[in-house]
Order: sequence, then C-alpha cells, then structure tokens
Amino acid sequence: MFTVEKIRNDFPILTQQINNQPLVYLDSAATSQKPQSVITATEVFYTEQNANVHRGRHTLSEQATTAYEQTRDKVAHYFNVQSREIVWTKGATEALNLIANGLTEQLDKNSSIVITPLEHHANIVPWQQLALKTGAKLHILPLEPDATLNVAACVEFLDQVKPSVLTLTHASNALGNITNLSPLLSAVKDFNTITIVDGAQGAMHLQPDLKTLDCDFYVFSAHKMLGPTGVGGLYGKYERLNALQPYQTGGEMIETVSLLQSTFRDAPAKFEAGTPNIAGVIGFSAALDYLTALDKKAVYDYEQMLFNYVVDKLNDIDGITIYSNLEHNIGTICFNYRDEHPFDIATLLDGFGVAVRSGHHCTQPLMAHLGINGSVRASFCFYNTHQDIDIFINALHECIALLD
Amino acid sequence: MNKTFKELAYTLNNSPAWQQKYREIMLLGKQLPTMPEVLKTPDALVPGCESKVWLYLEFDLQENCLVIIGDSDTRIVKGLLALILSLYNGLTPSQVLAINAFEEFQKLGLISHLSPSRGNGIKAIVERIQAMAEQKSL
Ligand SMILES: Cc1ncc(COP(=O)(O)O)c(C=O)c1O
Repeated sequence: MFTVEKIRNDFPILTQQINNQPLVYLDSAATSQKPQSVITATEVFYTEQNANVHRGRHTLSEQATTAYEQTRDKVAHYFNVQSREIVWTKGATEALNLIANGLTEQLDKNSSIVITPLEHHANIVPWQQLALKTGAKLHILPLEPDATLNVAACVEFLDQVKPSVLTLTHASNALGNITNLSPLLSAVKDFNTITIVDGAQGAMHLQPDLKTLDCDFYVFSAHKMLGPTGVGGLYGKYERLNALQPYQTGGEMIETVSLLQSTFRDAPAKFEAGTPNIAGVIGFSAALDYLTALDKKAVYDYEQMLFNYVVDKLNDIDGITIYSNLEHNIGTICFNYRDEHPFDIATLLDGFGVAVRSGHHCTQPLMAHLGINGSVRASFCFYNTHQDIDIFINALHECIALLD
Repeated sequence: MNKTFKELAYTLNNSPAWQQKYREIMLLGKQLPTMPEVLKTPDALVPGCESKVWLYLEFDLQENCLVIIGDSDTRIVKGLLALILSLYNGLTPSQVLAINAFEEFQKLGLISHLSPSRGNGIKAIVERIQAMAEQKSL
C-alpha cells in the first residue's frame, strides 16, 4: 500500500515554510528532495566512517571502499546490469561528456550522430563538440509539431541515416514526455549503432530494466533520484564501455605509470580518476534502498494520478496552454498562461510558497520548436499530494488575478 | 536622492501584503515608457537573464548626469527597473555613487530580487550604472 502521509514524514524539507506558507515543492525535475535516511547516511559517513577509498589498508579505508563498491552493486541491481558496467561521475552531464569524449577515436568524417530536438543541452552540446572534433555529421530526428516523436517517421529516418551514434532522452525534462525507446533502438540494431539513453529524468520515475531495454549506455544523476548532488553515473554494455578512451587521467585509473608512459586499468576503474564523491555515493546508497523498498507499481500509479489531477485542474483555467504530452508522461507539466511571461508567473507563485521552474529548462531547441521562449514547469514526485495541487491551482488563480 | 523614488518607496512600504507590493511594482513597470526599438541592440541586452532586459546608458556631458533607459519583457523586472531608474536617472556621477541600491531594496523588502540566483538582471544593471558613474567621476 502506498500512503503519501507516511512518505512525507521521511522528507524533512517538506515541512518548510516559504514566505510564511507551507512549501509546495513542484520542482523535482530539477532536483528531488532527500529522505532523512540519505541525510543521515551522509552525516554518519563523515562523523564515523570517513576515509579515502581504494587505498590504504586501514580499517576505515576498507570499510569505506566496501560501502562505496556495494553502492555500485546496488545501482547495477537497480538497473538489472553488472556492477562492472557502472561508472561513477558527478552527474548525467559528466556521464554524457565522458561517453562523447570517449568515442572520439571511434568516429570520423564518415560517421553520423543522431540526436532529437527534445534533448537537454547536456545531451546536445557534447555531441556537437564531438562532431566538430571528428568531422562526423550531426542529424536531428524529426519531431512532430506537438513535440512527440512519430515512431514510423523516426524509424524511416534512422533507416536512411544508419547512424554511428544514436542518443535519446528517456523522458523530456521540459515536458515530461516519455520516449517510446524500444522501436527506435530496434530500428538501428543492424547498423552497429552505439545507442545512448539520457536517463536523468527516467531513472527514478521509470526504473528501467536496462537488460531488457538493450541500449549501450544509460546515464543518470543521483540528485534526481532522492540522492545527494554531485553524484551520478552511467551504465555501459561492458565491451562498448571498455572500448571508450578515458576522459580524465590521473590516480586510481592507472595500472602502471613510468615517467614516459602509463597503462590504464579496465572499466570501470579507468574512468574514475582521482578521489570520487565518496560521501555522495554513500548517501545515494540510502536513496537506492529507499527507492527499492517502495512498491514500484503503486508509486507509478500514484504519480500518474497526481498528473491527471493537475492536468484536469489546469484545463479548467481559461487561457492556459499545455505543451506536455498527456498520455505518456513521467509527471511533469509544462504550460503558459496567455502571453504572460513565465518568469512573472513563477515569481508570483513563489510568493504563495509554490516552487516551480520557469524559463527554457536547458532545452532551447525544444522551446524554439514549440514557438515559445520559455514556459512554466511543474514537476511532481510521489511525495507530492492532491493538496499540493489544490494550493498550486489556487495560487495560480491569484497570480492570474494579479496579472490581469 | 530622486524625489519620485521616495514617493514610490512610501507606497511600497505601505503595501503590507506582498501581493499588493507586486501589484504596485507591476504598475510601475506599466508606466515606464517602452524603450524605442532602435535602442534594443544586442549590446543593450543584459546577458544571462531569464527575462529579456535592455539597458541603455548615456552620459549627458552638459548636465553632468546619467541618462538611463531600460526595458524588460517581464512585468516584474520592468517594475523593478522602473524603481532603479527612479533611484538613479538624471543624477550626477557622485550622486549615483552615494546611493546604495542594495540598501534601498533591503528597506523595501525586495532584496531577494538582487540575489544572483534570481537571474533577472537587476543586479547586473545596478553594477553597470555604478560602473559608469565611477568612470565619469574620475
Ligand atoms: C534530461 C536531462 N539530461 C541531463 C541533465 C543534466 O543533469 P545534471 O545537471 O544532474 O548533470 C538533466 C538535468 O536537468 C536532465 O533533466
């Protein structure tokens, strides 16, 4: 059974007051809030267990290394892949950069990279840079006017391009739209395409089984999955992963070093140069425990129920334009009110204690596709309630009254 | 200090509810004349803001004063801009340097709008005005 009141008790920040009003946090797509267990785990690590990992034979160091590596096992289990296929980074952005940089020697001017207009800048710019560096051609998957991907049109496109690299978001951070990945990944099966999925938004809400999904790489950010900031990572199918060149070099990733040359270790170690964010990983371990203890289906259904509720309420307001796809959505709603600036709406909502995001959401190409400069985004998580939505909608009515 | 600013500050300080304060600010924005399109050059656009904010600064040598024209595509920022203009427009460089916008915004309970995270450009605008005043007072 899923009881939101019980869940909320686990998230201390949700009792905060903003502008003397209860916080209504509708910005989980930017970063999720953290349960007490994550906060405690980080604190306990620094209070009782702090030591560097993978070096030193002393007790603390061995304990820290064990806890650190156990978290890698947990992530692997969460995604149903092998531990050696998980690399720690500071987040999805670094993971995407690691992959793009690591592919440099595998691409040349005859290669092609396919991206979609739905991507976060973090899944656009590294590919532009890679194309510049290697001479590979960058192609953009066709997007329908309503910002959905038409599978038939995309499959045909992919069939023509036969891409060397295909990168897709699991869910759009701006719109919440879920990408229908399977037919697109299947479409490139015969082309030896390297496939990447940006799971920054999908990793928590959709909890994918990556063995079934069968992409080559999948990236995630811990801070969007109840974990601390500054941690994230990637999954890479082992052969593909190990074939990447290291992105950073230094300590911990080497096998032998002489003054003139070095040899590197195998993945994942060769991608983890330097001291990692140990406390962050330990905190993330508690986040994964929290997530896996939940009833996945009940949580998903609850988030969908919240989403449908907010959509109904927004549809009742004259002058609201919704840009999100309403059928396949992780629980993020993107809208504008008439031609009011999203900045004004978000600033006024903050006065009511309602935290939303406004702007282009790091998706300028998508905003351009929709013919807007920006929008208001309210994103939900399973710790939100129907009451949050009622407060949000009432506040929105008051904002509109102030603006009209 | 500009007399109009004092009047505005009085109105704002007598708007106890934050909604009322914002209403007044947006009203100020509405009353601010729109900037002529020719002045909205890429140079005048304050970079890095979520809203579009333009600032045109000129120094009137004859009158020894700053001439400031600004505009924004959002109502709130435009209103805040109007407040900044009423604080500094038409003053001499040394008068400008004597006014601390941060203190004035603090008194009005609007200081959060000058925080770096707001990304509304108001802080950058104050800094540009101060920089010109400093340069002209040398
Ligand atoms: C879809 C998507 N990709 C990538 C990122 C970048 O993640 P991070 O900033 O945690 O590196 C985000 C974060 O907003 C995102 O939503």
